[in-house]
Amino acid sequence: MRDVAVVGIGCTEFGEHWGASFRDLFVTAGVMALQDAGVAGDELDALYVGNMSAGRFVEQEHIGALIADYAGLASNHIPSTRVEAACASGGLAFRQAVIAVASGMEDIVVAAGVEKMTDVGTGASVDMLASAADREWEGFAGATFPGLYAMIANDYMHRYPLTREQLAQVAVKNHENGARNPIAQFKNRITIDTVLNSSLVADPLRLFDCSPITDGAAAVVVVPLERAREYTDSPVRVLASAQASDTIALHDRRDISTLDATVVAGKRAFDQAGLEHKDIDLLEVHDCFTIAEICAIEDLGFCKKGEAGRLTWEGVTAIGGDLPVNTSGGLKACGHPVGATGIKQVCEIVTQLRGEAGSRQVDAEIGMAHNVGGTGATVVVHILGV
Amino acid sequence: MSVSRFWRKIPQRYNLIGTQCTTCGRYFFPPRTLCPDCRRSGRIVNHKFSGEGTVVTYTVIRSASDQFEYATPYVLAIIKLDEGPRLTAQVVCPPEEARIGMRVRGVFRRVAADGESGVIHYGTKFVPVEGEDILL
Repeated sequence: MRDVAVVGIGCTEFGEHWGASFRDLFVTAGVMALQDAGVAGDELDALYVGNMSAGRFVEQEHIGALIADYAGLASNHIPSTRVEAACASGGLAFRQAVIAVASGMEDIVVAAGVEKMTDVGTGASVDMLASAADREWEGFAGATFPGLYAMIANDYMHRYPLTREQLAQVAVKNHENGARNPIAQFKNRITIDTVLNSSLVADPLRLFDCSPITDGAAAVVVVPLERAREYTDSPVRVLASAQASDTIALHDRRDISTLDATVVAGKRAFDQAGLEHKDIDLLEVHDCFTIAEICAIEDLGFCKKGEAGRLTWEGVTAIGGDLPVNTSGGLKACGHPVGATGIKQVCEIVTQLRGEAGSRQVDAEIGMAHNVGGTGATVVVHILGV
Repeated sequence: MSVSRFWRKIPQRYNLIGTQCTTCGRYFFPPRTLCPDCRRSGRIVNHKFSGEGTVVTYTVIRSASDQFEYATPYVLAIIKLDEGPRLTAQVVCPPEEARIGMRVRGVFRRVAADGESGVIHYGTKFVPVEGEDILL
């Protein structure tokens, strides 16, 4: 196994790109990443792209070939592979790229993620997102995605100390971070009242507890560590790449408000890297809903079950706190183009570790990215360091 | 959901028929054809559930996909059947009456429809029953 490094990153602005198509978004991010790494397209050995549902959002499958073609690489006949794990598709694409380079099979690889969600109406996209859960036994009964996470929230609040205000603070904090991120979908600061006065989507979750519907793409260039200096003076090492699965349906989980796949993937990542929790300087977690960030911090082992609400309220997870979480603005404020999110998390951590995060900058040498598919049926955890 | 996909599971959806592994005795609903504990040494048979159960957690869906928008607000719950398995289903009660621990019973109901002239999806919803709440 070879050590692996990230030498280039690129990310489109996240938001509603009425004027940009699926392939436009990907090309924009891909070109940025290659430019950042100083890599020519001809040098690439392979592409991996995370995408959840182009088939239903833009009625296009065969995404691997499409993006290779429109990246101008059809004449190179480059191998290009689409990977899918719902909202963890991006994290999975990154992991496939890391495995490919670590194995020695491929040298210069692009891992990307892309989703174009606004070409369909809200009702249709809500229905598509529900396909990340069990369509036959959850969706059939009328389960929506916010509805499933709301059931996690109700179970959690029934068992652990978490106030409605503490939960809202997750969104307030992430909007504060998003306001400092040029690519964020939402750059407006909000208050606790903004969250508590927004409309109920699925009790207890309100509109401002939920990540939005977003268009966007992100890409990174992955190379063997021994060649990283050819491309950049500030390579970022991949210290761990872990993945875990769990039951597709929430009702079959061992514990409704513990994501066992997060627990396991997190533990595997720490074991791989030979690191402890105190070594992690920043976290990007999968806050598709406010309750998801609370669960992630706990399930990754950064505090006991029932404590993340208080830590959030006390500012521990804010920029400037002891454990900054979602400096990008998270899924809530930066936006959540489902296939792209996992790659965007890697981009944010690389940006921070390079010291290029501007007003979001935290003091960090090691960061962790946590990407979830569905309600926790797939979890991918990466640790990156300089 | 396509006609065939719905039709295949009519006995399970209408009558709450799941499965049981006779090797270890574990019950499954939704039905499984492979026991996660015994795997290839398991033996799977059909089992009709009594339909009695307890609400483990719930929510009130106020914004739904197009197919369910007509029904909002509706109570959605994870219900633990008395035989052990848990499933996701709607509870027919006013939203403010839903609570964790409430006892419920399965009933045959219309769940959704494929548009104006498509297949009507019937299935099992749950109604509250008399009895002490059980906190699992």
